[in-house]
Amino acid sequence: MSKLTSLTIAEARDGLSKGEFTALDLTESHIKAIDAGRGLNAFITETPELALEKAKESDARRRAGTVGALEGIPLGIKDLFCTKGVRTTAASHILDTFIPQYESTVSANLANAGSVSMGKLNLDEFAMGSANITSYFGPVINPWKRRSDPSVQLVPGGSSGGSAAAVAAGLVMGATGTDTGGSIRQPASFCGIVGIKPTYGRCSRWGIVAFASSLDQAGPMARTVRDCAIMLGSMVGHDPKDSTSAPVAVPNFESALTGDIRGLKVGIPKEYRPDGLSPEIQAVWDRGVAWLKDAGATPVEISLPATKYALATYYIIAPAECSSNLARYDGVRFGLRVEGKSLDEMYANTRAEGFGAEVKRRILIGTYVLSHGYYDAYYIKAQKVRRLIADDFANAFKTVDVILTPTAPSAAFALGEKIDDPVTMWLNDIFTIPTSMAGLPGLSLPAGLDGEGLPLGLQVIGRPFDEETVLKVAEVMEKASGFSTRPKGV
Amino acid sequence: MSLDKSAVRTIADLARIRVPEDDLDHLAGELSNILTFIEQLSAVDTDGVAPMTSVAAVGLPMRADVVNDGGIAEAVLANAPDKAEGFFSVPKVVE
Repeated sequence: MSKLTSLTIAEARDGLSKGEFTALDLTESHIKAIDAGRGLNAFITETPELALEKAKESDARRRAGTVGALEGIPLGIKDLFCTKGVRTTAASHILDTFIPQYESTVSANLANAGSVSMGKLNLDEFAMGSANITSYFGPVINPWKRRSDPSVQLVPGGSSGGSAAAVAAGLVMGATGTDTGGSIRQPASFCGIVGIKPTYGRCSRWGIVAFASSLDQAGPMARTVRDCAIMLGSMVGHDPKDSTSAPVAVPNFESALTGDIRGLKVGIPKEYRPDGLSPEIQAVWDRGVAWLKDAGATPVEISLPATKYALATYYIIAPAECSSNLARYDGVRFGLRVEGKSLDEMYANTRAEGFGAEVKRRILIGTYVLSHGYYDAYYIKAQKVRRLIADDFANAFKTVDVILTPTAPSAAFALGEKIDDPVTMWLNDIFTIPTSMAGLPGLSLPAGLDGEGLPLGLQVIGRPFDEETVLKVAEVMEKASGFSTRPKGV
Repeated sequence: MSLDKSAVRTIADLARIRVPEDDLDHLAGELSNILTFIEQLSAVDTDGVAPMTSVAAVGLPMRADVVNDGGIAEAVLANAPDKAEGFFSVPKVVE
């Protein structure tokens, strides 16, 4: 990283306001970093010319005295957010020529705050995956390497793998992610950065390509807790165009970072210590508890008994919603069309060629669990268990203020590992899915390195719409951890 | 629950995804594994539990019944794979 690409968003904000450098300087150094980091395959579409134009506009605004919360900050946008006039693919062949005629609310909010988009970031196809290996545009490579064998290419996690890799490698200062079952938090953990999935309803889903609408939620990914707080403040807000967007006031997330967590109660769920949990993950978790105790918080053992059913529940509800949402890709109104002799054959040919294997698998499972005769046994049953999972959290939050767990059961694994059985791959999200089922805010922060020198994340879960406490606790842990390692060569 | 080839063919037809005959066996195996995994839910006692359709605690918001959009046919059609005379066009559906 050059000097400018290693700055945090907060540091860049200060440097810009003191006139130490311009938005154009920042954008130019990030364009160079993107050129040098192309081997990571983090971007699907780079927009350097547009970025330079926006950076010049930002500098002009600053000279005129109008400064947004993210004025001049280079960001990346996950290629699931529709961007007006800029191709938006969802990493799928079925959308690989799609040029939105409108802008998603979240990306519009970020642009209105003065940020500069460097382009569209790679992801798992339709955000379905945990390793960023299902993208039509090829896998993303994690900038971190194993100490024992740096030649092994590791996955960045998924689905927001391009976002996580780009932030970790200094190609952008922050990025948008989306999280349905862990797609912000697990890649943040694998790439040694911070990511928060806010409460369901905090960010508008309008203009985000839908996967599972009752779970999808956008959030920021950046290198520090403070940077996530700054970005989050510009992303959220009530949007009448999304009927599930919450009409709640937007707090100043950054001012919640007081460093004072004395007296807070931190729940430690006993069900998250399954047999066979890696000793390294356990150690990092114990260390996290110790940091919080040192800062004056009290750990409390809690029980979330229905949590063990979360993964199975998720893999009914998410595919059901996916099969319904993805019915729109029919080759008629937008995207790929593969001709057929009849309308039905055209649909079937288009969807066979346009979707990848994991997406098809989920559509088929979803179609099955929603079909006549199975709807009650699978879908309604899963919705009932979902309530039990959500009730567990609600009960726990009667006594605790936040919950601390590992983010993922392992560090980043190698490209090509864990691909034989879809269910094994899904286990990556075992610690993040319960939070998603309950719609709660969850943040992952890097808490240490494993024996191979790879980052391990911890997850802080909060009450609905209490991102402030989540961020406050995370910032205390971030300071205690002293985690400032960047991937080698960055 | 284990799915056979013909069940997978039916599901694929419902989902409007063409699946080559040669892939049906493999897919039946994969989908059956997934169904076996999710069937652990049958062990959970959910008597008297209301299904949870949304975590959003708010009801669906109402708005005035007025036209607030429109007149953008060109934008609507901009990404159409095939269009004619301001309409989407599809293969012939009426003989």
